[in-house]
Amino acid sequence: MTINVHYKLTRMSVESDKGSYHQRVFMISPEKTHAEYLDTILAHHQHNANNLLQILIAAQDVHGYIHSDAIDHLSEQMALPRSKIEGVAGFYSFLHLQAAGDYRVLFSDNITDRMAGNIDLMKSLCSQLWVEPGKLSEDGLVCVGTTSCTGMCDQGPGMLVNNIAINHITAERINAIAELIRERVPLSAWPASFFAIEDNIRRRDILLNSQIQPGAALKAMLARGDNATLQEIKTSKLRGRGGAGFSTGMKWEFCRDAAGDAHYVVCNADEGEPGTFKDRVLLNGYADTVFEGMTLCARIIGAKQGFLYLRGEYRYLLPHLQAVLQKRRGQNLLGTSILGHEGFDFDIAIHLGAGAYICGEESALIESLEGKRGTPRNRPPFPVTHGYLNCPTVVNNVETFASTCLITTHGGAWYSGIGTETSCGSKILSVSGDCERPGLYEYPFGVTIAQVLADCGAQDTQAVQVSGPSGVCISADEFNRRIAFDDLATAGAFMIFNQTRDMFEVARNFVHFFAHESCGFCTPCRVGTQLLSNMMDKLADGNGSPYDFTEIEKLNVLLQSTSHCGLGHSACNPVLNTIEKFRPAYDKRLAHKDFIPAFDLDRALSQARQMTGRDDTGAHLESSHESK
Amino acid sequence: MNQNKTFTLDGKTIPYTEGQTIIQAAMAAGEYIPHLCFNPELKAHGSCKLCTVKANGRQTASCTQQPTPEMVVESDTQELNDERRALLQMLFVEGNHFCPSCEKSGDCQLQATAYVLKMMSPHYNQFYPDRPVDASHPEYLLDFNRCILCSLCVRASRDVDGKNVFALSGRGIKSHLIVNAKSGQLADTDFCDADKAAHVCPVGVILKKRVGFATPIGSRSFDELPISATPHPQGACPVCPRSDAATLPPHPKSRGA
Amino acid sequence: MNTPVKPKLRVATTSLAGCFGCHMAILDIDERLLDLLQLVEFDRSPITDIKHCGPCDIGIIEGGLCNAENVHVLREFRANCKILIAIGACAINGGLPAQRNHLSLSSILEEVYHAQHGLVDGFIPNDPELPLPLDKVHPIHEVVKVDYFIPGCPPSGDAIWKVLTDLLAGREPELGHGLIHYD
Repeated sequence: MTINVHYKLTRMSVESDKGSYHQRVFMISPEKTHAEYLDTILAHHQHNANNLLQILIAAQDVHGYIHSDAIDHLSEQMALPRSKIEGVAGFYSFLHLQAAGDYRVLFSDNITDRMAGNIDLMKSLCSQLWVEPGKLSEDGLVCVGTTSCTGMCDQGPGMLVNNIAINHITAERINAIAELIRERVPLSAWPASFFAIEDNIRRRDILLNSQIQPGAALKAMLARGDNATLQEIKTSKLRGRGGAGFSTGMKWEFCRDAAGDAHYVVCNADEGEPGTFKDRVLLNGYADTVFEGMTLCARIIGAKQGFLYLRGEYRYLLPHLQAVLQKRRGQNLLGTSILGHEGFDFDIAIHLGAGAYICGEESALIESLEGKRGTPRNRPPFPVTHGYLNCPTVVNNVETFASTCLITTHGGAWYSGIGTETSCGSKILSVSGDCERPGLYEYPFGVTIAQVLADCGAQDTQAVQVSGPSGVCISADEFNRRIAFDDLATAGAFMIFNQTRDMFEVARNFVHFFAHESCGFCTPCRVGTQLLSNMMDKLADGNGSPYDFTEIEKLNVLLQSTSHCGLGHSACNPVLNTIEKFRPAYDKRLAHKDFIPAFDLDRALSQARQMTGRDDTGAHLESSHESK
Repeated sequence: MNQNKTFTLDGKTIPYTEGQTIIQAAMAAGEYIPHLCFNPELKAHGSCKLCTVKANGRQTASCTQQPTPEMVVESDTQELNDERRALLQMLFVEGNHFCPSCEKSGDCQLQATAYVLKMMSPHYNQFYPDRPVDASHPEYLLDFNRCILCSLCVRASRDVDGKNVFALSGRGIKSHLIVNAKSGQLADTDFCDADKAAHVCPVGVILKKRVGFATPIGSRSFDELPISATPHPQGACPVCPRSDAATLPPHPKSRGA
Repeated sequence: MNTPVKPKLRVATTSLAGCFGCHMAILDIDERLLDLLQLVEFDRSPITDIKHCGPCDIGIIEGGLCNAENVHVLREFRANCKILIAIGACAINGGLPAQRNHLSLSSILEEVYHAQHGLVDGFIPNDPELPLPLDKVHPIHEVVKVDYFIPGCPPSGDAIWKVLTDLLAGREPELGHGLIHYD
């Protein structure tokens, strides 16, 4: 009988949940209201389907989710099928098609956040607010969950509340946040100190020390000539700072020479690789230099339009960046006839991402810029010939564009003299994890891991993850290796793990990250990252045997050989690396000689036990049944 | 057109013309490369990865990769077939593929491909996703349990029918097929039997009602011969569902009409 | 010259969450069963009515796992059989019984024993003799290691014959076109 009552209660609560949902919808959504705010948004974005993602982000801001009636209106006004709009909205984890709470709290879940105790903090917040992780509270007030690295590893644990970053979360801060949410205090009235974000620049070299006046690089280019400037960039041997390291000068030249109706410049500020946060700081303190680098590129390739694709997690930077753009327009550094040169017309628009790591892949980024699902394209053709709107497009990293200003003002030969023979100039590292002084460290290329560890005050270091989960994990015997394209190429992430850390758990966190961020386009990555994730969980749950280990190794091979893009190819790197270098962390999880199930058989009987009230021996199962 | 260009596929010389992909040239020459998301009547997608081959030693999807002169392509090798089988097993555990209850059984490309690749079990743990069936439409049924996200219906509806009845939503393992209706139901779309999209599903998702067993089990497409040996009419793919709709007059709503 | 008498291989069979259709299919080997009996003898099986499986060379399992007893039987087979064969859709992917997997077990029991039309004062049976249902139905390879699979619902007698004779002859079993079937 008690069971009966329990079920009735559950059913009632479900119904009341529905009730409140409908009430809320009814309260806020007479058809007219949607049309009103949407028309303003649509007008701002010229009803352009390429701006669909931006329109959806703006539409969501109004009610915290995109209402079904709002999609009707957008579909009608933009002449787009509803299925397309829902397909796009459904791709991005920060967009919601159902009510997702007045307060949407997402804890950053990078391994560095884990090490700083984010899970306990999340549990505390959930229990204070009487909610389950990932589920909207019955009154529709709040939803608490996790999200991929928010790019605040130097000041974690981090979280996003309605997509605005809050860092340095402590138990006290959680208590305060619970109270603010319960009292329904609007985010704008929360203590400003919560939203403080530090730059944490710890070591400056050529780029972070530079004080290029706005316009100085442009003037240098105009004085030298476009071709000569391109030549300087080629002479500098600058290579892309996003990690792949393609020659910037060659990319610009290919793009300039590619035929197309228009040419485009895109700055990839979708800094999603867990453990990377340098672009955040560059955009905060060096936005002029970044925009100026984009403008140099525009002049050389003949582009009139540029885009900065800013990851949704850095949305707090938007007002600042818009202000810098506005100032540059005022200074005639953007707009028409830049610095009085007729025909030198260029402007930059900022597009926001909405929680999709894959959009850091350049062709997926371009799809996203075009207002689509962020699925990587089939390549070739490459963006330099067929990019945005199928036109020749340069996509470069934030740091790359900033560096081109240095080269333009100081000359290519000067730049190529810094660093190593094949890796010229400097690299900014985002240092986090087990060290005394996390933050940004800029070095000439060629710096050793040991040097970085010494500088940031790392003690007793067991391993460093260079270039994030898709990069490489290196152990203590390799700390003499160098940051350089021909040794350890990196986009900048540098996560440090001391001897107390469990490298299996590090790899498991990364595998979960890839499964969460797989775009789902190709079979091996969509299903394989999930399978890999489940297999690592099986080991973590103590159900591992040598069989599972073999399975993981087979899956690694399959993902690497058949995946559509780099995400699938690198999803197994963390596992392969840690198996190779930290094998004991795995061995201790292969405790069983024989295969045992991934799930707990006894727990699989718990619902039946509860429903029948039985607890006799026959109502239980041993979880493992090892043959001797 | 220069007809002299050739590449080799598992040692056989295959002629190709400019613009053809490896799989297109192979099909024209009567060679079978396993595939699911490719249908010669639609733009290639490259997502299922079943058609992965080694072209000059590098693995690539043969439906999107164009050959180069003298390219050495390997397809029917144990290594590649083992990988393809694993991909099939992923598709089988990702959805709910219960062949005994599926009226597409015997005509299903997923099943037939798994037969030729000798998939004896799904190998991995089943996901058993919850995917409700949409039986709202008077003429058609959508059983999402069997969807392999090949997007052929999406492409057919968008590129041929000019309708966008279908789209993919969600991301990663949560990717799923949706229809173009506020209710989420096929009955509320302009989908109809004349649509190309009604006839391209390689598995048992888009099913015409009341004709499921018109062809008895035992007399179906892949009963007599395996999918790899099904005869080849005019260089078209023998195994991909070919729509009669292709010969129908264009739908009044189709693009450009 | 005397050829030594080869000891017969011991074979056990059982049906877990299945419909015995696969066992009927074993009988579809027809008169070849007589040939088979020259080579094998049956341990636990519906054919012999032996209740527990002893040491065997081959164990054949029909059906998936839907309750605690299925798990006990499967483990007994795995512990005793050198080679374990999953036969039929249910053993291989859960089959028909697994069609309940998208529902919660509590809602199923609730529906069947409490809510269903015509039930008065229904209660969920709690006799300790009854095996408790698992919250989900599982194929057997998710719980023990399985060596070979014979798909089909049911597989044909010919397919079963092929796999068994391959194994008896020491060949890797292989089903060609027409014998490999999932339906």
